[in-house]
Amino acid sequence: MELFIIFISAAVVNNFVLAYFLGICPFIGVSNKISSAVSMGMATTFVMVITSIVSWLLYNFILVPYDLTFLQIPSFILVIASLVQFVEMVIKKVSQPLYRALGIFLPLITTNCAIMGLALFISMREYNFLEGIVFGVGAGAGFTLALTIMAGIREELELADVPKGFRGAPITLIVAGLLALAFMGFAGMI
Amino acid sequence: MKKQVTLSQEFLKNLWDNNPIFKQVLGMCPTLAVTVSAINGIAMALATTFVLVFSSLLISLIRKLIPDQVRIAAFIVIIATFVTIVDLVMKAKFPELSKSLGAFIPLIVVNCIILGRAEAFASKNTPLRSVFDALGSGMGFLIVLFVLGGIREIFGSGTLLGFQMLPNAFEPWIVMILPAGAFLTLGLMMGFSNTYLERKKRLEREAVLQKFKKPVEVQEIKEEGA
Repeated sequence: MELFIIFISAAVVNNFVLAYFLGICPFIGVSNKISSAVSMGMATTFVMVITSIVSWLLYNFILVPYDLTFLQIPSFILVIASLVQFVEMVIKKVSQPLYRALGIFLPLITTNCAIMGLALFISMREYNFLEGIVFGVGAGAGFTLALTIMAGIREELELADVPKGFRGAPITLIVAGLLALAFMGFAGMI
Repeated sequence: MKKQVTLSQEFLKNLWDNNPIFKQVLGMCPTLAVTVSAINGIAMALATTFVLVFSSLLISLIRKLIPDQVRIAAFIVIIATFVTIVDLVMKAKFPELSKSLGAFIPLIVVNCIILGRAEAFASKNTPLRSVFDALGSGMGFLIVLFVLGGIREIFGSGTLLGFQMLPNAFEPWIVMILPAGAFLTLGLMMGFSNTYLERKKRLEREAVLQKFKKPVEVQEIKEEGA
């Protein structure tokens, strides 16, 4: 039950994009088409789950025992960067179709603050191993959800008559604001 | 003399024409997240500027030593070092501010503005220019964060920098300090700034056209005659 609450909390109630403002760059950049939004969401979820495992192990078995927690930021970012590279190579070797689907989005994930935020939250909130993984899955699902909804709206928005100055990023932010309002409705769930 | 001018241009171009948030749409996450109040915005922008200036300086100093293939990794390590310094200093000296900014101080490390300036400018220019460019970007970031934080604080809690701005009868708009308010306010700010720039550009273009209208017509007639 505890795990289920963590999942729901990360996925909808405290949605990473719409409540914590993490991963706004891909949220604005890659939300033009539903198909690319889904690919990006899946790639991010995948990296998030692996990051939550690796960063938990790193934090609890290396940084804490040797009293090196002040190295948290550089070590996490290095782990994430090399992890993304590694995942890219593995996917390329194992599954060509998946590599073609995710390919260009993988390098972008390194500078996605949602991944770094996830690793920091897990160490900050002292989740145990299983909770960390569930949190990662939930955050990824929430990210995918927000990105897909946004892409769906933007596909319709292409046809709308938006004032010239508001095209592109500004109208996307305003739509995101309305989405965030809608997501506030989930606040009573837990 | 010429160099003096270009140095100040390096600084000024990032303030408005090439503003990191309005024009380049970089560093959105901290912009939206920490601007619940003006003071938070200022603190965040100053912390980012510190990291930006020192990492730009260091990167441009050693830009010839870094092999091209590993430059991104090297930049990230340098940036992470300065972010750690900021994080620890903030925790020690300003514990309250550090708490209210939360995870967003460590997250400066993935702020695209810093890596963007490192990649686009500091890795190709001299240290002095890089510092000016970084300062300009930082100040451009500061202006946007302060204005956004100020607007949200005035409407969301009726104060600015802690001083009461609106009468007690004013019912604070709670939505302004919630996430939705951040998205809406920044979206409107960006939209209006774009509309203004669009209009300015159109007027300039019309003025230029007006100026050259006659010679153009003359040329056309000549070509017809030939």
